[in-house]
Amino acid sequence: MNSQTNGSVRELIKKNRQKKHSVKNVMERIMPIVLFMCAFVSVVTTIGIILTLVLETEHFFEKVPFSQFFGSTNWYPLNSQPEYGIWPLVVGTLEITVIAMLVAVPIGLTSAIYLSEYASDKMRRILKPILEILAGVPTIVFGFFALTYVTPFLEKLIPGLAIYNALSPGIVVGIMIIPMIASISEDAMSSVPKKIRDGALALGSTRLEVATKVVVPAALSGIIASIVLGISRAIGETMIVTIAGGSNPTAAIDPLEPVQTMTAYIVQVALGDAGYGTVEYYSIYAVGTLLFVFTLAMNLLANWITRRFREEY
Amino acid sequence: MALPEKQPVDKKFIDPAAVKQSISKRLVVNRFTKSIFLMGLLFGLVVLAVLITGVLRDGIGYLSLDFLQNFPSRRPERAGIYPALMGSIWLMVMIIPMIFLIGVGSAIYLEEYAKKGRMTSFIEVNISNLAGVPSIVFGLLGLTFFVRNMSLGSTLISGALTLGLMSLPVVIVSSQEAIRAVPQAMRHASLALGASKWQTTYKVVLPASLPGIITGIILSVSRAIGETAPLIMVGAAIFIARAPSGFFSEFTALPIQIYNWTSRPQEEFQYLASAGIIVLMVILIAMNSVAIWIRNKYSKRY
Repeated sequence: MNSQTNGSVRELIKKNRQKKHSVKNVMERIMPIVLFMCAFVSVVTTIGIILTLVLETEHFFEKVPFSQFFGSTNWYPLNSQPEYGIWPLVVGTLEITVIAMLVAVPIGLTSAIYLSEYASDKMRRILKPILEILAGVPTIVFGFFALTYVTPFLEKLIPGLAIYNALSPGIVVGIMIIPMIASISEDAMSSVPKKIRDGALALGSTRLEVATKVVVPAALSGIIASIVLGISRAIGETMIVTIAGGSNPTAAIDPLEPVQTMTAYIVQVALGDAGYGTVEYYSIYAVGTLLFVFTLAMNLLANWITRRFREEY
Repeated sequence: MALPEKQPVDKKFIDPAAVKQSISKRLVVNRFTKSIFLMGLLFGLVVLAVLITGVLRDGIGYLSLDFLQNFPSRRPERAGIYPALMGSIWLMVMIIPMIFLIGVGSAIYLEEYAKKGRMTSFIEVNISNLAGVPSIVFGLLGLTFFVRNMSLGSTLISGALTLGLMSLPVVIVSSQEAIRAVPQAMRHASLALGASKWQTTYKVVLPASLPGIITGIILSVSRAIGETAPLIMVGAAIFIARAPSGFFSEFTALPIQIYNWTSRPQEEFQYLASAGIIVLMVILIAMNSVAIWIRNKYSKRY
């Protein structure tokens, strides 16, 4: 290249540099700030959630003593002498969660093992998208499914089952969680290096022994994290339990009888005509705070497990 | 110490009969458990099949053009889903630009501009925790903040803002992944040609990652459209005889209408709920198909 063009390019660059207030330079300075503000929206959302819950829960505890909320085993918000003991709602939630996990953990894990250890590539390409469809079904549809298909089916097997019960929504919440446990566990199992599998196979192990004695132990942190996340989902699940679980806050554990979970209570009040500013209105924030704390604890635990026990290869 | 006696060479360390017996037994166990694992996997598929065929069988008879154009009614044979359908479409139209701008903006900041440090990792941890917050808690936020504090009332805008905030974490994470997949070499090439940071981001990185970003946005919008609980919290109307006319009108949405019909005891309303579910699922499957189509058509492997 001759010096003539070289010089003019240099000139051009110099001239460009001098234009401090060109559109380009202004954009250059403004965009990082605009983008940072976008990223900050999610922080503001978190602050908003925590502030909302804390401030409104405070109103609740101005009217209901702490000792009653955590000590009483009666949840009678509509009585003439209302009583707000959280235990029935917690018991209902845990009942649903336990039933859901009894369904989701074995089925989710066997699906994951089959997909990662036995299935051919072609089979995996067909089966995984179908599981994704199951994961995309809205919870309202699962709720409808629980009430109109699962409950009548269970009634035939178990005489004396109430129309609204814990068993049916529990099972359906479990079905909803299967794809999540299956896909996270499968990811964890697939990331176990092939070398380790081949080593075990070369020593004469069967596929089953490779899966149970090599792959699952190596992927255990991911598997446990998937289960913990599943528990968090089950605790926070709302519509399935609202539709099929009934509205009977009880501390007695009987999966055949109606229950009420924390989420279902919040929906019940939101649909009812509790006036703004009443104790009943504020009670949904107290329940919501507890729900938020439970799920946050589970999510943090899952994060911690994956970070702390991850096997690096 | 005395050395051990030299073993005779032809001594057999392995007993072939015992090995054969052991391995054949283990192979049988292996085959047996394999079919159990397969059954676990098929369980999910069977449930999906039962769900789809059941809903189709019950609902298809109620599905008609009238069903899409009519208003909800106490008489099942005249009931339709028009206001709910319009409500859901309005919500979709309002949510998409919001999560696109804020979600992609956040993702660009985190991937291209943010310096590795406390603030950045705080924002990232925050986003991943926000993704795990139950939707009903977002509903409580929407009820308190949008409906009451900002006095927006139980309107479309409150519902859209609530659902938007709820979908944001997923959009950010999927956009981040799309942006991260753009090879560093492309950025370097652009910078070497004299483009500025923002020019590079806007004209090189963003176009290259757009298919991935759009796929993520469609998938999270289809999630948001199926959500019921947050809309109940912000007070979406259970029974409404008008289609929404603007940002500030009262509204209902497909999941709310389905919930309404599901919770009625008469059998006819269960069929209506099935028909509503078919409409909702067709919309969601259409959106997901578009997302998958975009991913397959436009995504490049670098």
